[in-house]
Amino acid sequence: MTSVIVSSPYVAQGSTLKRLMIQVIIALLPGTIAYAWYFGPGVIINICLAVLLALAFEAGILKLRAKPVMPHLTDFSAVVAAWLFALCLPMHIPWWLVLVGIGFTMVAGKHLYGGLGFNPFNPAMVGYVVLLISFPREMTTWYLPNSVSGETLSLKEALAYTFGGADIQQWDALSSATPLDQVKTAVAQGITVAEIRLSPVFGEYAGKGWEWIAFWWFIGGLWLLATRTIRWHIPVALLAAVIAMSLLFYLINPETYTSPLFHLLSGAVVIGAFFIATDPVTAATTDTGRIYYGLLIGCLIYVIRVWGGYPDGIAFAVLLANMCVPLIDYYTQPRVYGEK
Amino acid sequence: MTTSREISRDGLWGNNVALVQLLGLCPLLAVTSTVVNGIGLGIATLITLVLSNTIVSLIRGFVRKEVRLPVFVLIIASVVTIIELSMQALFYDLYLVLGIFIPLIVTNCAIIGRAEGFASRNPVGPAALDGLMMGLGFLVVLALLGALREIIGFGTLFANAELMFGDGAQTLTIEFNKDYPGFLLAVLPPGAFFGLAVLIVAKNWLDLRPREKQEIIEPAPETA
Repeated sequence: MTSVIVSSPYVAQGSTLKRLMIQVIIALLPGTIAYAWYFGPGVIINICLAVLLALAFEAGILKLRAKPVMPHLTDFSAVVAAWLFALCLPMHIPWWLVLVGIGFTMVAGKHLYGGLGFNPFNPAMVGYVVLLISFPREMTTWYLPNSVSGETLSLKEALAYTFGGADIQQWDALSSATPLDQVKTAVAQGITVAEIRLSPVFGEYAGKGWEWIAFWWFIGGLWLLATRTIRWHIPVALLAAVIAMSLLFYLINPETYTSPLFHLLSGAVVIGAFFIATDPVTAATTDTGRIYYGLLIGCLIYVIRVWGGYPDGIAFAVLLANMCVPLIDYYTQPRVYGEK
Repeated sequence: MTTSREISRDGLWGNNVALVQLLGLCPLLAVTSTVVNGIGLGIATLITLVLSNTIVSLIRGFVRKEVRLPVFVLIIASVVTIIELSMQALFYDLYLVLGIFIPLIVTNCAIIGRAEGFASRNPVGPAALDGLMMGLGFLVVLALLGALREIIGFGTLFANAELMFGDGAQTLTIEFNKDYPGFLLAVLPPGAFFGLAVLIVAKNWLDLRPREKQEIIEPAPETA
């Protein structure tokens, strides 16, 4: 028996995984360019290295699992995961750290669970958290943006450090805690937020350089929304939760809690809201569920930042929320038409 | 009646406490950050298993069914106390490293499992052998997991061997690479889960290999 559906005219939807991933890559470009503009070529080196390694791991694992290699390599899902992973890294880290992180991203985060579409945890965040827990010293050596230090490492110097293990000590003057980290340490020492803001690493609203990178991530995020690559629920809920939490505590005591604008424009909140939390595989799947999911991540980010052990908490917040996704999906099933 | 061959095979491989029964995971995951810690706890568990199995088997005719579990627990607790006090006297530094996990041997399900499942139904000889083999199987897994995590986590092998074998054993420590940056994940709890999973995969893979070969050979005569 065949059922023939007659209706016309049809419009080709053309929404494939590959197109989706290309949209994400396009949306990542402005932020990535701004990031490299402020922090030097190390950013680009990390991305290129991570993408190449991710493709190699993907090909190797697909071969081991006796799956077709080329279709999966050219759908760009590995490229996007590697790109997001590389953006989490400090600007200058040795190559073997990228290797270990990408190994965990592709093998443990993605393929051990069954490959694309089956992983419960965001693979890029799995790789990043493994590195953050295992190599705290290398993973927390951040560098000043050129608008503060006046210079960044040249391409040659950055390559020498990544691949040659050049002594990082000679650039010690360029390394610095991130603005989020500085606020955290200073508040713990009893210094007020107003005093911390006088430090030269702070700009108009948040960290110098960082605030503009966040702006460009936001532009990329709007592109994702405009092309309907992502829905509005998760980013809006996530940003709303961060703003609400930070506003509440800012109003209670502005001396120890920084302003909502600072939280929004620091660290990875914007890129997390539009690019990381919206991963279609690991996020909640119902519309109401997506709102709860975004709110949960936003609250967790604030909690980890202010009371947790790490200066920024996007990765941990996303992984914790990933764990809650089955529960969220279970309780937010839409009503079947005709049922009470 | 099971033969001693079967008992040994079961304990070491086929029904291995850690890899097949997945019992006693708490100490297994918690203390295996180095080989020496793993072996230390492995030996303590081994002795407990042999002694408790022997005693349970000896009194199996006198214990009423209704109260057998409390009696077994009492016996195991007494044995563990003896071992804990002996370790405190003989290997004080190792005792400090293993800490709470020595008294916690009492709660290792593998021990009460063997007492209930085997020792209380078999004569003393097989019961003691079962304890020995189960204990050895557990010890080997602890040592392997310890080695895996120590090599990846610290880049060394047999570090702190002097805790168990006296000061002369300091030379036993092997350091593979002076500049090894260390891989904290392997030392932290998640590393224990990854390591155990790798060992279980390896065991299942070894078990499945011969069967696959047979399946390939079997259909051959049909072609005639």
